[in-house]
Amino acid sequence: MSTTAQPPKTQHSPGTASASTASKAARLLGDRRLPVVVTATLFVVMYLVGLGRYQNYGFGEPQVFLNLFIDNGYLLVAAVGATFVILSGGIDLSVGSVIGFTTMLTAWLVQKQELPILVVIPIALGVGAFGGFLMGYVIHNFEIQPFIVTLAGLFLFRGLCLVISKESIAIDDSSVSSMAQAQAQLGVGFLSIGAIIALVVLAIAFYVLHYTRFGRRVYAIGGNEHSAMLMGLPQGGTKIAVYTVSGFCSALAGLLFTLYIQSGDPLHATGMELDAIAAVVIGGTLLTGGSGYVMGTLFGVLVLGLIKSIIQFEGTLSSWWTKIATGVLLCAFILIQRAMTARKKT
Amino acid sequence: MTTTPTPTPRWRALTQHNLFWPVAVLVVLLLINVPFTPGFFSIKMTDGHLYGSLVSIVLFGSPLILVAVGMTLVIATGGIDLSVGAVVAITGALTCSYISDQADQDSLAGVFLAMGIGLVAAVVCGLWNGFLVARMGIQPIIATLIIMVAGRGVAQLITDGQIITINSEPYKLIGGGYWLTLPFSIFVVAAVVAITVALTRRTALGLLVESVGGNAEASRLVGIRSLRIKIMVYVFCALCAGIAGLMISSNTSAADGNNAGLWIELDAILAVVIGGTSLTGGRFSIGGTVVGALVIQTLTTTIYTIGVPTQTNLVFKAVVVLVVCLLQSPKFRAKVFGGKFGSGSGAKGGGTSAATPADTAPTTAAAPKMEVS
Repeated sequence: MSTTAQPPKTQHSPGTASASTASKAARLLGDRRLPVVVTATLFVVMYLVGLGRYQNYGFGEPQVFLNLFIDNGYLLVAAVGATFVILSGGIDLSVGSVIGFTTMLTAWLVQKQELPILVVIPIALGVGAFGGFLMGYVIHNFEIQPFIVTLAGLFLFRGLCLVISKESIAIDDSSVSSMAQAQAQLGVGFLSIGAIIALVVLAIAFYVLHYTRFGRRVYAIGGNEHSAMLMGLPQGGTKIAVYTVSGFCSALAGLLFTLYIQSGDPLHATGMELDAIAAVVIGGTLLTGGSGYVMGTLFGVLVLGLIKSIIQFEGTLSSWWTKIATGVLLCAFILIQRAMTARKKT
Repeated sequence: MTTTPTPTPRWRALTQHNLFWPVAVLVVLLLINVPFTPGFFSIKMTDGHLYGSLVSIVLFGSPLILVAVGMTLVIATGGIDLSVGAVVAITGALTCSYISDQADQDSLAGVFLAMGIGLVAAVVCGLWNGFLVARMGIQPIIATLIIMVAGRGVAQLITDGQIITINSEPYKLIGGGYWLTLPFSIFVVAAVVAITVALTRRTALGLLVESVGGNAEASRLVGIRSLRIKIMVYVFCALCAGIAGLMISSNTSAADGNNAGLWIELDAILAVVIGGTSLTGGRFSIGGTVVGALVIQTLTTTIYTIGVPTQTNLVFKAVVVLVVCLLQSPKFRAKVFGGKFGSGSGAKGGGTSAATPADTAPTTAAAPKMEVS
């Protein structure tokens, strides 16, 4: 995208060596892909550090790498949904609650109502997408801030979890557990169904965002809603669709989480919206909307996942280091973004 | 709704007052309690302490009011502070861990020092937020997300992942003690609210905050130090959260890095929104926020007292939030009530078409004028 715009810039700059390096640095900072590259590099560096430190404990096994996808597939799906919303300039705080609600609903329908899982899946997805649609509808039609509407969504779905049951419901349905245990052999290791679905969702999102009209509209609305409206883009429909996508992705993430953990619990995935938002931000998507890549989100999720597995390998460290490390990373990436947007404006 | 056949200007002025809806919701919520709890409004004197549902609503709502008042000023500058819950946890954790390390936990000097340490930590968090927002120009929701995510980790680090319990009589006073027959925390809240109102409405400070929220760049150009004002509101908000953190940890005599102040930022934002402060900044109402916080606390209490299973608490909260937000949305009022909102029961009076544009106008000043002309 920005590569085509760059050659003219260099022509304007003076030919001295120092100026050309300065413009190179400027160009690099102005490149929208920079944060994705930085995150990817960070991931590789962290992986190498992990390799150096825990090689004797089997960190180098390919399966450890594949486990990143298995253990974080649901987060990837949720973060992909959040990427759509954030690209459009909105925010969805209901992600974690919808995931929790989906685990609860699925567990309740499968365990207590004894519905076959294949019937439950479309119901769960439908409920999630409908919830997203409703939030998008209210946001667009009544011009209430997304922050507040999805906050109400957060309360609503978490409350509905508790309405279904205060206790967690373990799933011992045989079809669910066989689904959860199904593995795709890759020669060097295996992936779970959840991980594969997450990668498929990522591929679809990549296609939709970069190769379809809908994707262009999402970027356009996030870039400048007013201009998009003046251009005649169907802004309302796009906005509602974005929240529907997010709701659908959250429900799908909830299903994957159910498979991963094989139970429903009213407290599942509390605060996961923040993990998802953090993954999107670390992946280089601007929170103001209009700029970013869903591939960046993948690296954001992988980096967060890698922090968790490194802490697991470290053994002595406690879970709160995950939070602190995530916060520090978040801070670093926000400052990088800031440096980039500051450059663009001048 | 009113039963008067013709809409009177006074009724209209009343419904357009920014405190009307929050207070109306609060009154309705309080009244709902009456059939379920006989003597809901009565206040008894036992052992020299006042007891009653109203007292306990204010008592349990104290930390929320504090956090929400701080949040109001941040939101008035067009910002938002998501880190308050983490600040609550950090302050409580630091203070309690300092007190628990002391040989004599009842020593006044020790308790004051511990509270000082906790509040200084809160102020540091506020400075950090203010620095990121004002100096670095980062979106407030993101800048404060950092401490929201990392802060709870820090709090757990301080408490070593444990729940620290303490046994300090003087410290117990702040959140669980009584003074002059009333819970002490009510006095703390009253003092903070009074100081805030005095500073913002008796001096130009409130105006400056609103001006920064309205347009930070324009304020800077007319000579307002908007950077300083922004940093100040984040520090103030964190300080309020810190005091709330003292209150919460004092009430339970324990610091829980994981759960102290959990979701309080969301409740506080709700309180601010219910109170009629716009999230886009530029205008604020401390009174509205206090009422908003009381609405949320009353809702919680109501759910307990009328015997609805407590787990539906969140569903009720969600519904109330949506209803209040929808009622505040001019577009919703225009669509659903067909522009006859505020003119009594529209169906009965038939409605006057002249009132339609006035009702959709978001400013209160424009509405009466248009009707007169």
